[in-house]
Amino acid sequence: MQALAELKDQIRKALPELDVVIGWQQGYDALHTRPLFIRSEEDIDKLVVNEFCVVNPSSYLREMRGGKKVGLVLKGCDSRSVIQLIQEELLNKDDLTIFGFGCNGVLNHAKLQARFGDIGYIESAESDGNTVNLVVAGNKETAPFAELCAEKCLTCSYPNTLQCSHFAGEESDKKAEAAQDKALEEFEQLSMEERFAFWQDQMRRCIRCYACRNACPMCVCKDHCLANSRQPKWLSEDVDVQNNFMFQMIHVMHLTGRCVECGECERACPMDIPIMLLRRKMAGIVRDVFAYNAGTNAEDTSPLMRFEVEEPTIEERH
Amino acid sequence: MSGSTGLLTEGQDLRIVGFLCNWCSYGGADTAGVARFEQPTDLRVIRVPCSGRIDPLFIARALLSGADGVLVSGCHPRDCHYAEGNFYARRRLEMLKQFLSVTGIDPERFHYTWVSASEGQRWQDVVTSFTERIRKLGPAPKMSGGTGYDEECLKEIAAAVSLGEQCPCHKEKA
Ligand code: SF4
Ligand code: SF4
Repeated sequence: MQALAELKDQIRKALPELDVVIGWQQGYDALHTRPLFIRSEEDIDKLVVNEFCVVNPSSYLREMRGGKKVGLVLKGCDSRSVIQLIQEELLNKDDLTIFGFGCNGVLNHAKLQARFGDIGYIESAESDGNTVNLVVAGNKETAPFAELCAEKCLTCSYPNTLQCSHFAGEESDKKAEAAQDKALEEFEQLSMEERFAFWQDQMRRCIRCYACRNACPMCVCKDHCLANSRQPKWLSEDVDVQNNFMFQMIHVMHLTGRCVECGECERACPMDIPIMLLRRKMAGIVRDVFAYNAGTNAEDTSPLMRFEVEEPTIEERH
Repeated sequence: MSGSTGLLTEGQDLRIVGFLCNWCSYGGADTAGVARFEQPTDLRVIRVPCSGRIDPLFIARALLSGADGVLVSGCHPRDCHYAEGNFYARRRLEMLKQFLSVTGIDPERFHYTWVSASEGQRWQDVVTSFTERIRKLGPAPKMSGGTGYDEECLKEIAAAVSLGEQCPCHKEKA
């Protein structure tokens, strides 16, 4: 892949000035990558860029403190979280070097599993953004990309890394398949009672492991998360529907106008709870009311951090 | 904790929480009281220093705990005691209002509006029509697990209101 060679080259040149570059390396099989922390020349060759680079490398930033010079290899969607954090002055742009490329979308393991049974049988999978070519138990298979990709890729309008310092390879011309999230649209066909019942069932399954929060690149409060606070006491230690649902409310509300819809929360959830429905809904409202897409412009101000005296897009409530 | 320690006294059947700004609506409610306008008695008031102090999570918390309705009332836009608190509040509250539907909690159970200290009559109208609305909707559907709506939950929200910047989330910037 052209982009990969160029990326490695750019990283090699920039590395002397940087403490670390975060990207992806091959995981335990062809279908998994894991984070790569490049600290020396030798590490650079481990870098991979493919349709299984699902993790957002910027989620690791919050663990790093104090003026480290960090390089990040980021997909378009990942770059949005960094831009949003720069905008909020939670990251210093001068400390970051962003290596960008054109992304053709990432694949979703749950969908692969649903289609091919145990994903252990899948020996390889490659996608050009339209078709996925796989080798499953020795047999060649093809499938439309849209049926196997991460949900977020279907509505993605930012396949190219935004506001990056280096860009490798060609820009992706991948277009959003749909403007609206289908799953959300379908969900909203349900009545209020059905929706309530749906979340009761889902929240009963939640084990409050906080994986959704920990994977979220925008959750920066670390040890001071409201979920763990005793004073005020927002949540009890009980893992029950009410508390679990409240935790989701906390996550969604704290990300209003900040959530970049990267889908990491839902991907990380070990219980496969479709919590992106909630994030998608809120991001959609922010788009409708404030014409704002989080993480697309570091110079902008998030809508809840500003106001208009007259709000033409908010109906007056009597 | 059980739901039996709830706020409901005999004969009352609605659990409505009102977040009222100290400088206007709280006074408006008072004005209405002094003028002896008849008001529904179902409203449990939490006084806040400004509508801008209302974290939408206070409202979410009340609703998830099983409140049948939540009413928020602050100073009219341009009339905020702190100049701009209600402008921020308007944006936040609107987000919550539009969001609720996806959770299956009827957005009609939440209303926000503006009532000044002198508007006793308006306060009576607001609170009466909101109570009427909730009465029509009936009791909120029950969460299928949790401790539900009780004195404790309201106390905790009130405690959170009073914490302000001491809240741990203000302590550290990443
Ligand atoms: S990751 Fe899933 S199970 Fe864990 S707390 Fe979040 S929603 Fe609950
Ligand atoms: S809430 Fe989920 S989709 Fe939104 S930024 Fe966090 S991880 Fe990404």
